[in-house]
Amino acid sequence: MKFTTFAKAAALAAGVFCTAAQAADQTYIATTAIVEHPALDSVRAGIKDSLMENGYNEENLKFTFESAQGSPATAAQIARKMIGSEPDLIVAIATPSAQAAVSASENIPVIFSVVTDPLGAKLVSNVEQPGGNVTGLSDMLPLAQQLELLQEIMPGLKTLGVPYNPGEPNAVSSVEALKVIAKEKGIKIIEAPAPKSSDVALASQKLIGKADAIYCPIDNTIISALEAVVKTGIDGQIPVFAADTDSVARGAIAALGFNYYDLGKQTGELVLRVLNGEKAGDIPVKFAEGTNLAINPKMAARMGIEIPASVTERATQVIE
Amino acid sequence: MSLFSFMGTLEIGLIFGLVAMGVYLTFRVLDFPDLTVDGSFTLGAAVTAALIVSGINPYLSTLAGCLAGAAAGVVTAWLNLRFNILHLLASILTMTALYTINLRVMGKPNLALITDPTVLTPFEGLGLPNMYMKPLFVGFCVIAVGILLALFLKTQYGLAMRAVGANKRMAQANGIVVKEKVYAGLALSNGLVALAGALFAQTNGFADSTMGIGTIVVGLAAVIVGETLLSSRKMLIIICSCIVGSILYRLAIGFALNADFLGFNASDLNLITALLVGLALVLPQLRKEWKAKQAAIKANGGDA
Repeated sequence: MKFTTFAKAAALAAGVFCTAAQAADQTYIATTAIVEHPALDSVRAGIKDSLMENGYNEENLKFTFESAQGSPATAAQIARKMIGSEPDLIVAIATPSAQAAVSASENIPVIFSVVTDPLGAKLVSNVEQPGGNVTGLSDMLPLAQQLELLQEIMPGLKTLGVPYNPGEPNAVSSVEALKVIAKEKGIKIIEAPAPKSSDVALASQKLIGKADAIYCPIDNTIISALEAVVKTGIDGQIPVFAADTDSVARGAIAALGFNYYDLGKQTGELVLRVLNGEKAGDIPVKFAEGTNLAINPKMAARMGIEIPASVTERATQVIE
Repeated sequence: MSLFSFMGTLEIGLIFGLVAMGVYLTFRVLDFPDLTVDGSFTLGAAVTAALIVSGINPYLSTLAGCLAGAAAGVVTAWLNLRFNILHLLASILTMTALYTINLRVMGKPNLALITDPTVLTPFEGLGLPNMYMKPLFVGFCVIAVGILLALFLKTQYGLAMRAVGANKRMAQANGIVVKEKVYAGLALSNGLVALAGALFAQTNGFADSTMGIGTIVVGLAAVIVGETLLSSRKMLIIICSCIVGSILYRLAIGFALNADFLGFNASDLNLITALLVGLALVLPQLRKEWKAKQAAIKANGGDA
């Protein structure tokens, strides 16, 4: 009895499930993200806009979006749903959604976006030659670009002090990467470990006289005590830079970071290449370019340097 | 809903059927509301993934994942029984600790298995497409575990466990060692949940530190939806209702994902899912009331 009523309801539901079939001449892009928050939403807007600017419009493009609302189990279900609806291409935003899509998809190309470490996430086995049907955009910090910015502001930069918490895995890996890139650019890194936020002041003070400048990586311990580093910078006349643009309003001199809408645009370029016939697996993974340049000229003056006009001119955010 | 999507829904529903069985064990059999599952689901996935990545046999890794989950259940039971910490609070403490432990086990917030061998690898070359092979494999595991669990609950030991949940004092008076049954029940429950996590990580290619959030809600919803549709006192049918409830819950999510034609957005997913599950819970009650009313009208000669 109960089952027959249920069966009827299920049949009804099944009828509703089969929504209108897509028009044959439409390009169908299915996008998904693990959660919705302003940065990820901007990525999606950027992807769509880059398609719209390149010959697609509301008529010839079907652009759907699903959010897993934070649940990896739902992300897995969304991946199956998308693949079952046979889109031309899947765009998966953030790591768990990308992993769910790549592990379920056999034939449909997957472009991932804002995945920090696509190798570690095993989305690709080689960033230059991804192979298979997958490529995408990594939002690994643009460390090289950040160091170039520091050199542009301080042409004589030889030694860079880096306070960080050795217990924070992300900070450790970014300092490791920074050391490699700095060596190529002729800069010596001096590490200043600060395991607790109460150690940050002392760690940064130790850099006075040893380093030409201080660079704060993305490290929760350091960022939560950023004011202590800024104070050291003013007292010791040593310029303080940051890896994230939000820290500039709190007293760092300058930072080069991401504009997530622009990351969406950079992802859109990959989508267009696949739609134009290239095989996703032949396109190298793109490492995001930093486009947000925040500067704080007043703080620079207090720390004893001046930001050159070439940098000021292209700044996207100037803290007064 | 396409066939591919349906098979995927079935597969994930079956995996969460194990979670439903675990929640049924604590919530219904032992009367011990246990939130440890939010952590033990991830723990099962994390331990299994970490071992597989380091080159251990996937079957052994899965077993280790289950045992780790069982150990987490024991910790909750210990906090409750040894120190009289309220069961809800004890399980919240374990769950909170597990968040850190899971990060430590994986060494980072997300561990990928996409290219590693899993319990499914031996079946991949048999010619059956993955979209059928995965739900078949998972279905076989879940049904086997379900039958074993039903048989276990019918043994002398299982009956004693059920007696503890039904009436602790009476059970004690009949010579049942209550504490031991609570330990065993929580270990078994969280072992099942961890197995679900281990299978989920292997069928979907990753373990993630956030994957356990809301497991208790999914498990409870599955148990309650299953109970409303298939009420019975037979152990095997109750276990079946857990699995059926879990699949229906996933179908509800699948439906919610397709609800855009009703004017819903992707951001409305959780609300639609809650509404659908709520509807499944409320409808039988309303039908019962309506039937009672009809019967009353009949009894009064139709003029009530």
